[in-house]
Amino acid sequence: MVTIKEFPKEEYLLKGHAACAGCGPSIALRLLFKALGNKVIMVVPACCTTVIQGPYPYTSFAVPLQNMLFEATGATCSGIAAALKIRGLEDITVVGWAGDGGTVDIGLQALSGAAERETNFIYICYDNEAYGNTGLQRSGATPYGAWTTTTPTGKKERKKDMPLIMAAHKIPYVATACPSYPVDFVNKLRKAKEIKGTKYIHVLAPCPTGWRYDTSKTVEIGRLAVHTGIWALYEIEYGRFRLNPPSDRLIDKSKRKPVREYLAMQDRFRHLTEADIEKIQQWVDMDWEYYRKLASSECSDLTLHGKI
Amino acid sequence: MAQIIIDTANHIAGYAAKAARVRVVAAYPITPQTTVVEKIAEFVESGEMDAEYIRVESEHSAMAACIGAAAAGVRTFTATSAHGLALMHEALHWASGSRLPIVMAVVNRAMGAPWSIWPDFSDSLSQRDTGWIQFYCADNQEVFDTIIQAYRICEDERVFLPAMVCLEGFILSHTYMPVKIHDQEEIDAFLPPYRSGWILDVNNPFSHANLVSPEWYMEFRYMIQEAMENAKQLIPEIDKEYGRRFGLQYGGLIDKYKCENADLIICTMGTMGSEAKIAVDNLRKEGLKVGAARIRVYRPFPVEEIRNIAEEASIIATIDRHISFGMEGFLASEIKASLYHMEDKPLLAGFIAGLGGRDVTFKTIEEIAKKSLKWMKAGRVEKETVWVDLRE
Repeated sequence: MVTIKEFPKEEYLLKGHAACAGCGPSIALRLLFKALGNKVIMVVPACCTTVIQGPYPYTSFAVPLQNMLFEATGATCSGIAAALKIRGLEDITVVGWAGDGGTVDIGLQALSGAAERETNFIYICYDNEAYGNTGLQRSGATPYGAWTTTTPTGKKERKKDMPLIMAAHKIPYVATACPSYPVDFVNKLRKAKEIKGTKYIHVLAPCPTGWRYDTSKTVEIGRLAVHTGIWALYEIEYGRFRLNPPSDRLIDKSKRKPVREYLAMQDRFRHLTEADIEKIQQWVDMDWEYYRKLASSECSDLTLHGKI
Repeated sequence: MAQIIIDTANHIAGYAAKAARVRVVAAYPITPQTTVVEKIAEFVESGEMDAEYIRVESEHSAMAACIGAAAAGVRTFTATSAHGLALMHEALHWASGSRLPIVMAVVNRAMGAPWSIWPDFSDSLSQRDTGWIQFYCADNQEVFDTIIQAYRICEDERVFLPAMVCLEGFILSHTYMPVKIHDQEEIDAFLPPYRSGWILDVNNPFSHANLVSPEWYMEFRYMIQEAMENAKQLIPEIDKEYGRRFGLQYGGLIDKYKCENADLIICTMGTMGSEAKIAVDNLRKEGLKVGAARIRVYRPFPVEEIRNIAEEASIIATIDRHISFGMEGFLASEIKASLYHMEDKPLLAGFIAGLGGRDVTFKTIEEIAKKSLKWMKAGRVEKETVWVDLRE
């Protein structure tokens, strides 16, 4: 475990990158390098990071980066990992870094295949809950009710639960994170680096451009997502589910803030009715009942898969 | 020690990947390609081949994994057919745009709908403009030799492009023929270890294939065109060197047969080229001045050599195992384009034959030749595109 004071001083996300002001994913990117260092090969499909890195002949990344087709991150990482293995360079960490559309929608097949093949890599989905790079269209990760350019009256369906889909692959490590909790995220990445096999981390990455809030509020929005329980910080290590601070103190509903507070800060939810808000609150409460069961000693002992 | 084995072209493609010391194979099964990747799986699991075999969940992922592995510094191989190749289409562009020397066997199969598992060139020719070098083989030995040659050509610094080595499904893929597997030391001497123009390297980090503005994009495209032109020069040279080393060569870009003083040249690709040679021999016995030209390399297209062949001919007959709907066969179009600037150019008759695996034998080709010679005497081609053996 590292504390924030022990984070390395080195920066591998360099000055001059092209992220929007207040960009949540760019904070996560900076933390990624703090956690993993620069002995990393990254694969980035079409996503906001295509732009963030800067155009040819420039780059804001101090690690080798393969830009790749939208749906192909998982498979490309399999290829790189295989090549590194046969070259005896397995001390290099292969990282797939993709947005929510590139993960839960178009990239799901390649990611599922890579996980099933036990590809030795870390896959990070930075989730801003829409196709941000193309101008904020709805994705499978967009939450119920959210305005996007293709859901002008709000999305009518719920968000796909990607971390649990990945847990169903019985990979050794699945975690959720949020850049508002840098120590949690960095420690999860460090843990993932030490585990062989497929590691999946799903990062809720607030996006002022898409979520319609003031650029100074990114960290606050992320904290509210966690404190209202609409986003839970947890990890599933060899099948054992564990809530992480501060989510581990939120099983009791009275400890959670009303989800209304999180929704009210973002204009993408401004059109929601009272009935909508009540429905979202009920879903959050149901999710937490499920987390409570997963975190209970009974369920933890009955892990989905052991380290055999 | 070289050895002669009797095996199918698909297995032979596997032997070639092994002989080329491929280090990463990523593949997804599709008829009639399957036995290529089954053979390689056997080689890898028995330890005969020191390679990682990635059993991907689609052809798109197969090409993506090859791109990743080639970018991370190793020689890669894959194989596919028809719909698998079509699914790869996007990644084919990415491979050539990334200038990665990936080699792939394409076991030609007709595109659906309706489903067909039998051969024609509609799969690989649909990928004409993806920036891949395209070879077409006429027998199993050529499949082996072309795969070895392809790595040498693709990994040349003047080229750095991917290549597909095409062989017709069933006609070659599942047909047993004797093939000489050359001595491994001699192959190693011909084909040095993997070389590429760039590599993902933690000691020399850079972003590869990131966003390029209109200020730069055209130059990158022009460089691919230059690389294709370089490949056109290099392929015949490499083929000759291969001939000196191994005693087998294929005419470089075009396998020409009795084209000298021929009135009629029959232009084909793939196994139709072997049938055309038999047809030429039979027609020559009848006193007809006929030659055959098998286009072995379709991209880069051998424009200059086509012009040389056309110098003395009065008519060229093209046989396309493919149709570009709304136009004609590609071979007919491309040869016409090649001839455009000639002062005294021959007539051209286009024939569509063998789609979806319909047999094209020397007899079919003799009929095509006789029809073409009739038109030659008349001084004009009666029908620009003829569908051969079409049910009325």
